[in-house]
Amino acid sequence: MSHTTPLHAAHERAGAAFTDFAGYDMPLRYASDLVEHHGVRNTAGMFDLSHMAEISVRGLEAPAFLDYALSNRLSALDIEQAKYSLLLAEDGGVIDDLIVYRLGEEEYLIVANAANRGPAVEALTSRASGFELEVRDESDEWALIAVQGPNAHAILVDSGIELQDDFDALEYYRTTTGTFNAERVLIARTGYTGEDGYEVFVTNANAESLWDDLAATGAGHDMILCGLACRDTLRLEAGMPLYGHELGREITPAQAGLSRVVLDKENFVGRPALAPLSETAKVLVGLVAEGKRAPRAEYTVLSPEGDVIGEVTSGALSPTLGYPIAMAYIDPAFSSPGTDLVVDVRGSDLGVRVHQLPFYQRKKATS
Amino acid sequence: MSAVPENLLYTKDHEWMLIEGDIATVGITQYAADALGDVVFVALPSVGDPIRQGAIVGEVESTKSVGEIFAPVAGEVVEANDTVVSAPDTVNADPYGAGWLIKVRFTEIPEALDHTAYTALIGE
Repeated sequence: MSHTTPLHAAHERAGAAFTDFAGYDMPLRYASDLVEHHGVRNTAGMFDLSHMAEISVRGLEAPAFLDYALSNRLSALDIEQAKYSLLLAEDGGVIDDLIVYRLGEEEYLIVANAANRGPAVEALTSRASGFELEVRDESDEWALIAVQGPNAHAILVDSGIELQDDFDALEYYRTTTGTFNAERVLIARTGYTGEDGYEVFVTNANAESLWDDLAATGAGHDMILCGLACRDTLRLEAGMPLYGHELGREITPAQAGLSRVVLDKENFVGRPALAPLSETAKVLVGLVAEGKRAPRAEYTVLSPEGDVIGEVTSGALSPTLGYPIAMAYIDPAFSSPGTDLVVDVRGSDLGVRVHQLPFYQRKKATS
Repeated sequence: MSAVPENLLYTKDHEWMLIEGDIATVGITQYAADALGDVVFVALPSVGDPIRQGAIVGEVESTKSVGEIFAPVAGEVVEANDTVVSAPDTVNADPYGAGWLIKVRFTEIPEALDHTAYTALIGE
């Protein structure tokens, strides 16, 4: 029996098609993947991300603990600042990729992938022994609603959330709080779509009324409800890795192009990830092609001479760009942007070209 | 959910056939189109191609996945629908009508499901 989020009834009312994702019955789409994708790029889209795991770390030694347990220097975060980070295994492989929010001097909230909730909680808990702090899995207490796209700001401002006076000054990867139904909500300017937007953490009890409020407000700003199908094409265009595809236990951060997320510190779990890449270790690249036929996960990548040099990890016909895009792990000798390669698309050769990630970058507003 | 037309034959692979004389018009069902999501690419066999029942004769791709078209009948392709190649979303919009895929000249009507059996198969 799969889990449902506190918003399941709202999705059913909205006519969602559901899919199992990490043991949760989640909206795949409400009507059209493409309409939802374009909605996020052009106006705004709202996602239920309540399946994601929330893990709190509280206590005197929380900053020092996270410096030890994760790949970055989280003690250096400002209060109300967020950071993309990695939870590494002893050998440098990736257990999960995370967003870490510093909520207070001694209080952090970690958001992990739903599929990795167990391993993430386990690793953090076992690493916490000897530190003065508490690791708590709060995943079942929080719902998470994302509003993403150019109109996201206006929607939050017009919504029933009582915002702080300085909300307009909230920067990317920073958090603030608001009040909804006399309860505090945590608002982060983060996302996984390549667009500007917000992620709002709300208690289960308040989730549906907040969802309904945002949906009603959003309707006046051309916002549409979005499922996980378009979330995947949005993050792919933005060149963002998806655990299980571009990240995993057998992949080091350097292979995934995430060396910047692993800092040299005196002592932390996963230090081997700092070692230079071997010359044969495959590396993550972007691929583009002409036409409409997309390379898909697990398809073989070949050199122009026909030698197998790697494998596709994600791919789709890009809704925004109109041509096929993919990510793949390939032999580093072929990884320079502009290199012409071939993907075996179910028995026929598709010419592809190595392309720098991301494929899509939003135009930054000047304000 | 949408109704399954009564005048067509169906396969377990979610294709439909309209039999008129010795010509079978072939498409994918609404159920298949809905499961795929927005269709963005359709590959069809060429006119004149001989096809074997059960063989993969084309592909219907959405942003999320690839659906193979299994020939529901043996014969020769006499027409391929250019409309779905140039406007793949026609498959979603009108799977039993303008979204048809190919027409096949056959010698023998194959075993297939009627609309009652197909409706039971998809649990509607």
